[in-house]
Amino acid sequence: MPIRTEPVTVNIGPHHPSTHGVFRLRVTFDGEVVVDAEPVFGYLHRGTEKLAEERTYVQFVTLSDRMDYVASMTNNQGFMLAVEKLAGITPSPRGVWLRMIAAELQRIASHLVGIGFFLQDLGAFGTPLIYVMRERERILDLFEMLCGARITVSYMRPGGVFMDAPQDFWPALDTFLADMPHYVDEYERLITGNEIVLVRTKGTGKVPAETLVNASVSGPMLRAAGLDWDLRIKDPYEYYGRVKFDVPLARESDNFARYIVRIQEMRESVKIIRQCVEQIEPGPVRPKEVPFLIRPPAGDVYAHIEGPKGELGYYLVSDGTIAPYRCKVRAPSFINLTLLRDMLVGWKVADMIVTFGSIDINMGEVDR
Amino acid sequence: MTDGFLDNAFFRNIYCNLASSGSDRCAGGGPFGDGLLPPGWEWLAFLVTAFVTVFVVVNGALMAVNLYIWGERRLLGRLQGRLGPNRWGPFGLLTPIADLIKVLSKEDIVPAAADRLVYSLAPVLLVVPVLLAFAVIPFGSSTWAANLNVGVLYLIAVLSVESFAPITAAWGSQNRYAMFGGLRAVALLVSYELPLVLSLIGVLMIAGSLSLVDIVNAQDVPFALVQPLGFLVFLIGSVAEIQRAPFDLSEAESELVGGYHTDYSGIRWGLFQAGEFMSTMVSGAIIATVFLSGWRGFDFLPSHAWFFIKFAGVLFVMTWIRATLPRLRIDQITSFAWKGLLPLAAVNLLASAVLSLIWPRPSVGELWAMAAVNVVVAAAAIYVLGQFGPKPGERPRPAVAPALGATGREGAA
Repeated sequence: MPIRTEPVTVNIGPHHPSTHGVFRLRVTFDGEVVVDAEPVFGYLHRGTEKLAEERTYVQFVTLSDRMDYVASMTNNQGFMLAVEKLAGITPSPRGVWLRMIAAELQRIASHLVGIGFFLQDLGAFGTPLIYVMRERERILDLFEMLCGARITVSYMRPGGVFMDAPQDFWPALDTFLADMPHYVDEYERLITGNEIVLVRTKGTGKVPAETLVNASVSGPMLRAAGLDWDLRIKDPYEYYGRVKFDVPLARESDNFARYIVRIQEMRESVKIIRQCVEQIEPGPVRPKEVPFLIRPPAGDVYAHIEGPKGELGYYLVSDGTIAPYRCKVRAPSFINLTLLRDMLVGWKVADMIVTFGSIDINMGEVDR
Repeated sequence: MTDGFLDNAFFRNIYCNLASSGSDRCAGGGPFGDGLLPPGWEWLAFLVTAFVTVFVVVNGALMAVNLYIWGERRLLGRLQGRLGPNRWGPFGLLTPIADLIKVLSKEDIVPAAADRLVYSLAPVLLVVPVLLAFAVIPFGSSTWAANLNVGVLYLIAVLSVESFAPITAAWGSQNRYAMFGGLRAVALLVSYELPLVLSLIGVLMIAGSLSLVDIVNAQDVPFALVQPLGFLVFLIGSVAEIQRAPFDLSEAESELVGGYHTDYSGIRWGLFQAGEFMSTMVSGAIIATVFLSGWRGFDFLPSHAWFFIKFAGVLFVMTWIRATLPRLRIDQITSFAWKGLLPLAAVNLLASAVLSLIWPRPSVGELWAMAAVNVVVAAAAIYVLGQFGPKPGERPRPAVAPALGATGREGAA
């Protein structure tokens, strides 16, 4: 005879070791099983979109750093694409290549953090997390060479980047690119074949592909369900049409599939950066004619990129002044979270944390 | 009555210096001639020596746990590609002392809703049984506080009391995270106690005694070889029983914040930490004694060194496991105990029973023969069990609670 127990409501967060920031989840448990989960957002809301309306287009770059703070480069990149589209700026080629290199490095860094904290949520005692942080440090060192900052980079400008890479950046990048595949092999040796990781992640947190599409989920989560949707291929922005890479896919749409897709994407990013380094050409990193105060013609534009966490889109409305009339950010972390309740209900406490970790969200981006 | 601590030369010297030379326990008198006390006062000498022994063992354990905490943190650091504690003292050796001072000087918060008596009792329930367990462990060829003829039974009994600590802490602090942790701990401890004890019975059959000293003496071949299956089950069971990774679900930092000691602070929290590390040490000592032939070794090193090497080896393996493996889910942990370890322990018990019927008082050669048979039995049992076990990823989805479906966001309460 099954024993009926009284459901218990527990607040997971906003201060909790594995809510990846200040996320709050009101969960009702029946014993260990989740019967209801209600995500509560907004603890990190800083009004970034509203602040954009009072700043010039270049000033907003610093704010975009602070949205997804483990992937500032791609935030910069998405915003620059929107501004260039709105103001009709043709970026200079060297700037575009540098932006692509920076963005792909950022994708590796973001996936490293995602995997590290995913394993931390699984209960691995810090080891994978510190391993990935070790490599992320090297990427941040490269960023420091590029722009002097490590986290909030503010590297990109309309038309390109604000500064050319220093001479010693290129050998350092080469060494990193040579090392990175071995590091990924190391993670795979530690994590991928681990029996406990397999029993914990395979088959848990499953979502049907149809549900993902209906909820407008994008990024590695979508590709883990076997849907070949990568904006770098489907709507090539910058020079992604000129580089060759594969889009890693998995069919199962479970936690393990999301992990393995991220691992493979890091390998692909290394390939992309190699091709960028081969094809980069000398020249100015941004066109001279781009003014400091950009006054785009009145109108609206939507530009999107394949961010590390999914489709990162900027919708800008201009009224012809130096500041955007409206700036709407399509934050992948936020939209990927919308399925959270469906993914959690019916699973146990431990699975709840792991599934939540596998979405790889960033609260700075969810709350903006 | 067994003398226990008087087997050790150091404690016997104290006793014999106090008691008069007429005492039958130290024929020939103490090293300094006659004892200090007149005849008839041997009981006082015995009492004083007993107090000294208890003082040495308890404080030795508490000092050793400081060293062990340092060692584990240092090793974990190395395994994780970082330095580990290195600020206080040479190689950071004084870090645990600094931590102790920090913990002692912190505010001791008792939650308003807590049941004060139960809340205060929990850390004590964790620490005291572990200290008691140190009493029967032979640290060297003649170094032990007590040579109980029911040593193993005593250990099991004393360490079972430890299982009360998590649920007591959880109940006392009236915290939901703590309650999750406490209930998980109970499920875990109840599941793993059984294979743990069953795997010891094989050893007892071969050694023919419950005394840990006799068990060590019987190990002409280490029982880890004679009883590979029992050793494996006991090692895994011990890691589970002391709730370390991958069985640390009662604390489960990423899920339950701190598990059953979420609400504890200051020295009470420190006692939980010390208790956990000390129970790890006790488990390491038991494994080294019962399965790795304790203080026995080759002659070029003293017996204490052999014990320490084996003890440190077991602790190294436990730390290594902790650094490598993620946590299992509660249902996976309990099903592993009941469907995995329990049958293995039962097979081991059966094999040991048959073997000890064939060789009731095994000689060295017979012990090696037992080892050969048991290795085959272990391999076969693990292989057969592996055929029944669920494959990775084939676990069924747990039942969805009937009140709310898995789909439809409008059903949110």
